[in-house]
Amino acid sequence: MLTFIIRRLLQVPVVMLVLSILIVGLTQLLTPQQRAAPYIRSDQQSARLEQIIRERGLDQPFPIQYAKWLGKTLQGDLGYSTASSKDVIPTIQERLPNTIELTLVTALPILLIGIWLGTLSALNKDKAIDQILRVLTIVGYSLPTFVLGIVLLAVFYGYLGWLPGAGQLNIINEISKGDLTRYTGLLSLDAALNGRWDVAWDVLQHMFLPALTLTIVSVTTIIKVMRNNMLEALTSDYVRTARAKGLSSRVVNNKHARRNALLSIVTLGGFLIIGLMSGSLITETIFAYPGVGQWVVQAALRFDLSAVLGFALLSALIVVLVSTVVDILYGVVDPRVRFD
Amino acid sequence: MTTIPTLTNPTAGRSKWQLFWTGPAVRKLRRNPLAITGLVITLMFSLIALFAPLIAKPSGDCLRDLNITSANQVYNPASGAFWRSIFVPPKTCYKTERLSFAQQPTVPDAAAPFGTVNGYNIFYGLIWGTRTALKMSFIIVAITLTVGIVIGAISGYYGGWVDNLIQRFIDVLFALPSLILTVVILTILRAGNPGGDPTVPIIVSFCIAGWAGYARVVRGDVLRTRQLEYVDAARSMGARDMRLILQHVVPNSVASVLTLAVLDLATVPLSVAALSFLGLGFESGYAEWGQLVEFSRAWLKPEYWYVLAYPAAFIITFSLAFNLFGDGLRDALDPKSR
Repeated sequence: MLTFIIRRLLQVPVVMLVLSILIVGLTQLLTPQQRAAPYIRSDQQSARLEQIIRERGLDQPFPIQYAKWLGKTLQGDLGYSTASSKDVIPTIQERLPNTIELTLVTALPILLIGIWLGTLSALNKDKAIDQILRVLTIVGYSLPTFVLGIVLLAVFYGYLGWLPGAGQLNIINEISKGDLTRYTGLLSLDAALNGRWDVAWDVLQHMFLPALTLTIVSVTTIIKVMRNNMLEALTSDYVRTARAKGLSSRVVNNKHARRNALLSIVTLGGFLIIGLMSGSLITETIFAYPGVGQWVVQAALRFDLSAVLGFALLSALIVVLVSTVVDILYGVVDPRVRFD
Repeated sequence: MTTIPTLTNPTAGRSKWQLFWTGPAVRKLRRNPLAITGLVITLMFSLIALFAPLIAKPSGDCLRDLNITSANQVYNPASGAFWRSIFVPPKTCYKTERLSFAQQPTVPDAAAPFGTVNGYNIFYGLIWGTRTALKMSFIIVAITLTVGIVIGAISGYYGGWVDNLIQRFIDVLFALPSLILTVVILTILRAGNPGGDPTVPIIVSFCIAGWAGYARVVRGDVLRTRQLEYVDAARSMGARDMRLILQHVVPNSVASVLTLAVLDLATVPLSVAALSFLGLGFESGYAEWGQLVEFSRAWLKPEYWYVLAYPAAFIITFSLAFNLFGDGLRDALDPKSR
């Protein structure tokens, strides 16, 4: 077990290294001047273009260039992002907690609703409720995120005016945001910890529509997988044995069948977090939510290479770490899995 | 003395087509009304894409480039314009017809059945957008599939360090979700020439982000197929690697990847539209789905319902129809559910 964990963790830097070689290698299609642009922090510096190219070895052969890039990156210098008018690392520090907050607020309802409806569907196989849920599932995963997001925005903000349309806070609370002591970085939680329930409520209201969009798009996968797992578990031998020895169907369904059906939800939970991260590009843009996804889209629009590169490294790191954790967790919940 | 019963081949005398039509998978698919509805609607979208010039008549520069003076000339199959507009329309035809330069949407009328936004004819944008979407989808899926099959087959057939290298490389690519990988590659490719035509960069980034998934599936199937006896038999008869791969292994290993590719024909247009929605795809005014949805964002009041309702309904219908068909297809091909 321990060696497995260590080996998996050792793979993380290798994957990151190879990925960065690929992406930095791709920038070789550009001229040295274009590659230097990410490091210009102000108009005055644009006069130093040639100097920056020399400093960073941008006109040197690729191995030297990459070595210099790696050196700077390891020192925490990923360049300057024109999209946020800040360096890449501080931008990520400022925006990542918002994306994490949105992901957390979304992931829990998705898992709970998905498990509940999937089980319900399986226990009532081929009955009306199962048929309805199956059709709704197909409709759900047919809805493209960007269309659904805009439609929800139009209905709840444009037509009904029930919910705020954009951002994270209304203007008044935006001003008082600075007074909050940031314990966790998650704005709603921090506001509540500061006793500012009005601010916390405002944040939650702003998160409602993006979270709803992500939930509708992602919950269908969980429902489908849960239904299939549950059906498989219900026809297995140990469930038949449990029934034969006279256990009530509630105990059989909840204790024997569902527990085993839940196993693969651990894996799925990992995929879910990764899916929510890439979904954040679209939802955060629609609802102008100040997370990393919105930033990278703005950056891509301005060909802000340092931001896009930084974001790519960040998401790869998250994906690799999440899948490592999932693999380890899976071994913990399912003792049949052997680590070798 | 025992008599040897004469074996009758139940499929003798039936054409390939009949065998296909009465096979268990097709039979199952045929009996699934939802899947058939989905297939019919999907085919309708393909017809819309193909006959876009006849549904949304060309105007402006498109007319000029087709060398005709009146839009109704495209309806005459005897004229060259009819065939040209359907099979090789000039680039200008993909520009959404612009009826004015006013930003304010105008309500649906005879000239613009779905209304206008920013002066663009929404109907024209949707019809030609269908063509853009399906065209991109076919090109991207075809290239991605070819690359995926070739690399997957090499990886699976040769095994050893080749396989190991390719698979570890794919692991690295999988570290980025495909939308993010696409955005990253697209940004780098376009940074060199920001104002240029985005078609090729879009195709290239989707292919780079997509081939690995196909290659994985093909590799798995090739690993299974290459151990079968008939491959050994062919090898013992002196067939070389190339012949074995092309004639024996690959044709029997692509079924699952082909299903996957068919399903992707529907997801790729939506991803392309999503990119355009974010502003990372086609330039403003190019007939394309995502952009029309993006335009609607500035007009979210009930009186401008048509700006959002038509594009949203169009895209959702396409996606839903294809998914209904895809779901039925997967069900039919899944040996477990038979």
